[in-house]
Amino acid sequence: MPKKNLKRLDLIFKNELDGEQILEKTIKRSKQDIINDLIISGLKGRGGAGYPTGLKWKLAGESEGDMKYVICNADEGEPGTFKDREILTQVPMKVLIGMAVCAKVIGAHQGFIYLRGEYKFLLDNLNEVIDDFHVLLNKIGFDFRVKVFLGSGAYICGEESALFESMEGHRGEPRNKPPYPTQSGYRKMPTVINNVETLAHTYSIFKYGPDKFKDLGVQDSRGSKVFSVSGDTPTPGIYELEFGMSLQKFVEDFGDGDAKAVQVGGASGFCVPRKKFGRTVIGYQGKLTGESLPTGGSMMIFNSSRSMYNVLHNYLEFFVEESCGQCTPCRVGTQQLLLGIEAVKRGERPSEYLDKLLKLAENMRVTAKCGLGQSVANSFSSIVENFKEEMIY
Amino acid sequence: MSKINLVIDHIQVSVESGSTILEAAKKMNIKIPTLCHHEDLCVAGNCRVCMVEQVGSDRLLPSCATPAAEGMEILTNSLKVRNARKSVIELLVSEHRAECTRCYKNGTCELQHLSSEYLIGEDSLIDLVPLKEFTIDYFSPSIIKDDSKCIRCQRCVRSCDQLQNIGALSVAYKGQKMKIASFFEKPMYEVVCTNCGQCVNRCPTGALIERNYIDEVWSAINDPQKHLVVQTAPAVRIALGEALGMEPGKIVTGKMVAALRRLGFDSVLDTDFSADLTIIEEGNELLQRLKGALVDKDPNVKLPMTTSCSPGWIKYIEHMYPQLLGNVSTAKSPQQMFGALAKTYYANKINVEPENMVSVSVMPCTAKKYEANRPEMHSSGYKDVDLVLTTRELARMIQQAGIDFLALENEEYDSIMGMSTGAAVIFGATGGVMEAALRTAYEVVTGRDVPFDGLNILPVRGMEEVKEASIKIENPLPAWAFLDGVELKTCVAHGLANAKKVMDRVVKGEANYHFIEIMACPGGCLGGGGQPIPTNKEIREKRTRAIYEEDAGKPIRKSHENPEVIKIYDEFLVKPLGHKSHELLHTSYTERNRY
Repeated sequence: MPKKNLKRLDLIFKNELDGEQILEKTIKRSKQDIINDLIISGLKGRGGAGYPTGLKWKLAGESEGDMKYVICNADEGEPGTFKDREILTQVPMKVLIGMAVCAKVIGAHQGFIYLRGEYKFLLDNLNEVIDDFHVLLNKIGFDFRVKVFLGSGAYICGEESALFESMEGHRGEPRNKPPYPTQSGYRKMPTVINNVETLAHTYSIFKYGPDKFKDLGVQDSRGSKVFSVSGDTPTPGIYELEFGMSLQKFVEDFGDGDAKAVQVGGASGFCVPRKKFGRTVIGYQGKLTGESLPTGGSMMIFNSSRSMYNVLHNYLEFFVEESCGQCTPCRVGTQQLLLGIEAVKRGERPSEYLDKLLKLAENMRVTAKCGLGQSVANSFSSIVENFKEEMIY
Repeated sequence: MSKINLVIDHIQVSVESGSTILEAAKKMNIKIPTLCHHEDLCVAGNCRVCMVEQVGSDRLLPSCATPAAEGMEILTNSLKVRNARKSVIELLVSEHRAECTRCYKNGTCELQHLSSEYLIGEDSLIDLVPLKEFTIDYFSPSIIKDDSKCIRCQRCVRSCDQLQNIGALSVAYKGQKMKIASFFEKPMYEVVCTNCGQCVNRCPTGALIERNYIDEVWSAINDPQKHLVVQTAPAVRIALGEALGMEPGKIVTGKMVAALRRLGFDSVLDTDFSADLTIIEEGNELLQRLKGALVDKDPNVKLPMTTSCSPGWIKYIEHMYPQLLGNVSTAKSPQQMFGALAKTYYANKINVEPENMVSVSVMPCTAKKYEANRPEMHSSGYKDVDLVLTTRELARMIQQAGIDFLALENEEYDSIMGMSTGAAVIFGATGGVMEAALRTAYEVVTGRDVPFDGLNILPVRGMEEVKEASIKIENPLPAWAFLDGVELKTCVAHGLANAKKVMDRVVKGEANYHFIEIMACPGGCLGGGGQPIPTNKEIREKRTRAIYEEDAGKPIRKSHENPEVIKIYDEFLVKPLGHKSHELLHTSYTERNRY
C-alpha cells in the first residue's frame, strides 16, 4: 500500500447503517435548506464536467413540468474508469438516498439508474437493494420509485442527452443544448442527472454537514474524489483522495518509479508528461480532470517502456468507433486524426501534417456537438504536443 | 410576442423570442452557410457548418440550433468561425466521393458550392472514400441512393420521417460506420418507400437522386421509326422555369410546349386532358358509390372514397392500410390514363402503330417513374407510359439542346388530347382534385354550378395540413333525387404524415367523409419529388398561386365541358365507367407488407 503523505479518506465507502435516519431527517428539511447545503459544500459533478450540484437541483426544482425525473448516470464508460462500479457494489444505498433527496427537492416521483450494459452483473444485487429502498420509502411515506435501465454498450450514451434518447428508445445521440436537462431532459421533462459518485457524496453532506465536506480539497475543488488508478502502477485500484494534490505526489505514491506520463481523465482527458508533474494539481481549478466526458477520476500511469504513439492510437481507435456519428467534426475528425498519425508514422505525410491535425483537433473542440467530440482534442493535443518525437519516429 | 435584443457582427438587432441566431442573421441579410438545415424540417444541428462565435465564449455555437438570447454578442465572420467552417467543410469533402465532374448534381450540389466558396484545396485531409466500402442502390426505377456521396446531414431521414411519417430511411451504426440506411439495408424498391422523392428534393449532394431517363428519351427521339408522344403534368408548367433561371411562380406553359417541339417530340400533348378525364371517371365512381350506399344499401360499397392520382399515396396505402384498398378510387392516375389512350385511341387517330409509339411523360414526381413500371400498366397491350422524366430532367434536356428557354415564343398543345380545362390545371395543387371533382359532380347532380363564387372552392385550397369542406345538395335533378339534402363531406390532406392522420381516423370509423383527396407530397404535386430544387413553403406558395392563376385564365374551368373529353366519350369510350373505361382507365391495387 502507498504510504506517503497523501491524505487518504474513507468517506464514500464507509459502510454506514444510518441511511434511514439520514433520509428521514433530510427530507423533512426545506428544499431551500437542502439546496443551500449543497451549494455551501461546493460539491461539483463527479462525472467530469464539474457542474455545481446544488445549482443543478435548484434549476430543476424551478422548472415547470408535468413530471420530473432523477437519473443516476451509471454508464461508466470512460476508458480507465471503474469507480462507479465499486460505489454501486459497496454503498448503493447512499446513491439511492441521494436520489430520493433530490426527488424531494425537485418534486420527482420517478428515478432511474442508467446502468452501463457491461455492468449487467451488478443488476441482481442492485435490484435487491432497490427493493429494500422502496420498503424504506414506504415506511417513511415518501412517494418515489427507482428503476434500473440497462444500457447497451455505447460509450456516447453516458452523455446525458444521448442517455435520455437511449432511455426513450431512440438512437443514443446527443441533443442540441440549450435546452439543458434541468429544463428538458428525459421525455422532455425537467430532469436532474447526476453521476453515481456525486449522489453518494450528497449523502455525506446530508450526514456530516456541508462544512465538513468543504473543509476537504482546495478552492473550487471541494471534497474528496474517487480515483481509478491503472496502468504502470504496482497498486492499481480505487482510491478516495482529497482534491488538490499535485501529480508529482500522486506519481510518487502510485507510480512504479519510472512514470513518464499520466493520463488524467481517461481517453477524453489530458496527458501530463513527467516534466509537468510538479506543476499540475488535480482538481477542477487546474482544468485537468475538468474536461473528461462521462466520468472523472481515471488516472492512467505510463512508464518509459510505453509508446505514447500507441497510447494515442488506442484512444483514437476508441473514439472512431464510439462517436455517435451524428456531427461532422466528431465522426470524420476522429477518423482523420487516427489516419493522420498513422500516415505520419509511416512517413506518408510530413511531420508538419501533425500541425494540421492539431488545428483540426482544436476545431473539433470548438465545433463538435457534445463532450465526446469536444474532448478528443484533450488527449490528442496533449499527447502530440508533449511527445511529438514519438509520433514521428 | 416578446422581443430579444442581440448584437450580430457589431450591429444591434431585435428578433422575436424563440428565433434562432440563424434566423436573426437572415433578417439582417447576413448569410450563414448551412447544410443539415432545411426550412421544411426540424433542427438537427449536426453538420456544424453554421457555427458562429459568441463573444466571451470559448466554443462556437451552431446558429441553426441556438436560440437568440438577450444581450448576446455574435460574430458570424471571425477568424475562428471561418477556420472552423473551413475545417468542417474539409472533413465533409474528405468522406464524400467528390467526383464532381461525373456527378448528376454537378453544379447544384450544396457541398460543392461551399467547398468552392471556402477554397478547399487539394493538399487537404486524407481521402476516406477509397478506404471504405459503399453501396450504390440503383435498383429502384425512381430513386438512386449512393452512400459514397452522403454527408450524413439526415435531411432525407427527417423528410421521410416528419413530412411523410414513413421512416424508409434512418440512421444505422455509429462512429465511422454510421450511415443512412433503409430497413436492413435492403434495396429501396424492396422496403416501404413510396418513391415520393421528398428525400431527393432535400438531399444537398448527389447521394439521393432521381433515376434519370434522359439518354433513353434522346435515343427514342433520334430513332426515325418512333413516334414520340409527350404528356406534361399540371404542376410542371408552373415550376419548370425555376430550373431554367426564372423566379418561382412563373407560368411557362407556352414556352414548355415550344421547347418540347424543338426537342423533337412528335406529339406534344397534355396530361391535363386526362386529368379532366379522371374527374369524369372518378366523379362518376363517387356518385355510383353514393348510390350504392344510400339507395341500394349495399354493404360492399366502400366509403369514403379516396383519390388515386398520386402514386406515392397509392404505394403508401398498399403498404400501410391494405385493408382500405377498397376505398381507393379504381380510376388510374392521369398519367396512366393518358398512356393507355395514347397507344390506343390516339395511335389510331394519327395512324401510328402503337409498337412504334414511345410514350413519354414529364412529371413533377419521382413516384410516377415507379408507377409507369407497374406490371398492371399495360392496358394498351404495350407499356402504356414508356419513359417518365421529372421537371428537372426536362430542364436539363432543354439546356443540353441549347434552347434559350426564356426567348421562346408561346406555342399551343397539339390536338387531340391536348386540350384541358382549369379544373385539370389545379390537379397540381393540394385540394385541386377535390375542387375539380366537386365542380363536375355538383353540376352533374343538380344541373347548377357549385355554390361558390366564381367556381372557386376556397375551403379546399391552401397549405393547411388537413382541410375539410362540405356541400349540401339541394334540388338535385330527378335521377339524383336520393341525394337531396345530403351533405357531401370531403377532406383533403397533403404530405403522407397528414394522410396518416386522416386514414387513422377512417380506420377507427371516426371519419364520416364521402370523399378524401390525398396527395403524397407537401402542397400537392407542385411540391413533388421531381420538381426543381430548392423547395420550401414560400416557393410552394408561389407555385400554388401560379396554378390558380392558370385556372382562372382558362376559358373552360369544368372538366365535363372539355370538348375533347366529350368527343372521346362519343367516339371511343362511350360512357364513364363503361366497358372501355374499365379496360383502359381503371386499375387494381396490390396489398403489400408494412416491413
